[in-house]
Amino acid sequence: MGKYLHSVTLDKDRCEGCTNCIKRCPTEAIRVRGQKAIIITDRCIDCGECIRICPHNAKKAIFDPLELSEFSYRIALPAPALFGQFDHIDDIDYILTALKGLGFDDVFEVSRAAEIVTEYTRRFLSEHKADHPYISTACPAVVRLVEVRFPYLTDYLLPVISPVELAARMAKEEARKKHPELKPEEIGTYFISPCPAKVTYVKKPIGYEKSEIDRVVSMSTVYRHLLDALKKVERPEPISRSGVIGISWAATGGEAAGLLNERYLAADGVENIINVLDEIENENFSGLEFIELNACRGGCVGGVLAVENPYIAKARLQKLRKYLPLSQNRIDPFAGVDAPLEWNVGAESNPALQLNTDRSQAIEMSKQLNEIAARLPGLDCGSCGSPSCKALAEDIVRGDAYESDCIFKMKERIQDIFRSLADMEHITVRDLEKRERDEKGEDRT
Amino acid sequence: MEIKPLVLHYEVSGDNFTGAGEASVAMKRELRQMGFDANVIRRAAIAMYEGEINMVIHAEGGVADVNVLPDRIEIVLTDEGPGIADVEQAMQAGFSTAPDNIRALGFGAGMGLPNMKRYSDEMKIETEIGRGTTVRMTVLADSPKNSF
Repeated sequence: MGKYLHSVTLDKDRCEGCTNCIKRCPTEAIRVRGQKAIIITDRCIDCGECIRICPHNAKKAIFDPLELSEFSYRIALPAPALFGQFDHIDDIDYILTALKGLGFDDVFEVSRAAEIVTEYTRRFLSEHKADHPYISTACPAVVRLVEVRFPYLTDYLLPVISPVELAARMAKEEARKKHPELKPEEIGTYFISPCPAKVTYVKKPIGYEKSEIDRVVSMSTVYRHLLDALKKVERPEPISRSGVIGISWAATGGEAAGLLNERYLAADGVENIINVLDEIENENFSGLEFIELNACRGGCVGGVLAVENPYIAKARLQKLRKYLPLSQNRIDPFAGVDAPLEWNVGAESNPALQLNTDRSQAIEMSKQLNEIAARLPGLDCGSCGSPSCKALAEDIVRGDAYESDCIFKMKERIQDIFRSLADMEHITVRDLEKRERDEKGEDRT
Repeated sequence: MEIKPLVLHYEVSGDNFTGAGEASVAMKRELRQMGFDANVIRRAAIAMYEGEINMVIHAEGGVADVNVLPDRIEIVLTDEGPGIADVEQAMQAGFSTAPDNIRALGFGAGMGLPNMKRYSDEMKIETEIGRGTTVRMTVLADSPKNSF
């Protein structure tokens, strides 16, 4: 298994070694060692929860810079969440035209591709009746979470490419038709993303070998430039090709609602989706065909790099889509959708949580782990640098920590030392007094 | 040399439903660390989950003891509930003695024991009216049931 290149990284100079991030990480992928946080890369799913919680801004998401000179034909792929970031806009075309004002040669909405993914998913579900629901794979943090924590459910993952990947493929196809003189490497697609997990996902895709997305730029960076560019838009170009279904993908429930059947569940927030996945693993679903899960609260509008409050962004999108048709895109060989939408590589479970590849060894280690955990105070305070007492026990068994890292264990030991010192002192004082008495006695004789 | 099993113990509280299923999740986490096949973990987790729900519905809770060995997971669920009057009948899919208020919550579909049998490789029930029930299940690491 290849090592992941993660978008979420640590700025060591800013890290104060507090315990906020270790407690928040859904895969227990962070430790504090030597007063600095360390990310265990095999376990990190790039959800960005640590970025959100860090009070010192020491956690960062690495994005590509908004540098357009690398390609001669640049296509912006705005996520629909972008449209909810601006106030007083009643037409998406203002935003799309402003993107061109930033220097993009063309704009291809991810929401446009999303409508095709929706239709494809609808067909897939009716053609692949299963005894389990399919789990949406649009949120890369969810897919990684399943790989790390729910290996059995990898078979439940919907093997369909995400809207942004389809958008990149379609946009390049369109550009090649419009400009046959362009070489493939001269066309660059720039995804405007609210999400660090997408950066990782583009570098190491799930479901296929290579992504057609060339650059992933942060929504907050583009936002700043767009504020100026929007002021310069006098008459918007008619670029938008999205309907209600495509725009609705920006918030939780939108993807599922587009399937036009009621046999779905939609949930968001990492803790919530972990609970849902546990329930699904226990087969606690009756009649559900589709599970939409988003790691961020509110869905993609709640992405770490989104600027606006997710609920306000969602409300704005409701207004923006009001007079749009339900959908403007369908699967049509003449519309340039000839790329296969299905995965050609399966998701693989990630054994990062295993104690040892040899099961007998792993069982022995588990025994030690539970014995150590029973000796620890069970307060899960995080002061040792591990997220819980159980996690510290695991780290000790793995050889990465010591029982004395627990401050309560340390306190016990110090108290023991004081007690022995006190005993010793007591003995010493008693002996001295005796010696004094003895010497005085000698004097008397 | 015989290998000693890893022993896990869970109290299943009968006070309310919100805690039902916690032992299953905790056990799943342990089994994952030990590198069992995803199918084995899932079968054990479902068997445990159904057993927990049964103990909460019918017996005001109980205890779950788990022995983990490299080749198998043994789950023993013990309660001091009313006992099962007719085990054969209780094993039939769809048979349930759960009261209406429990059914209103979506439980009591009569699939608990049948699912426990379906997902485990061996299951034995010892029960005595008025004294309680012990269910012993074994989930094998290497089993034809792993492929369905």
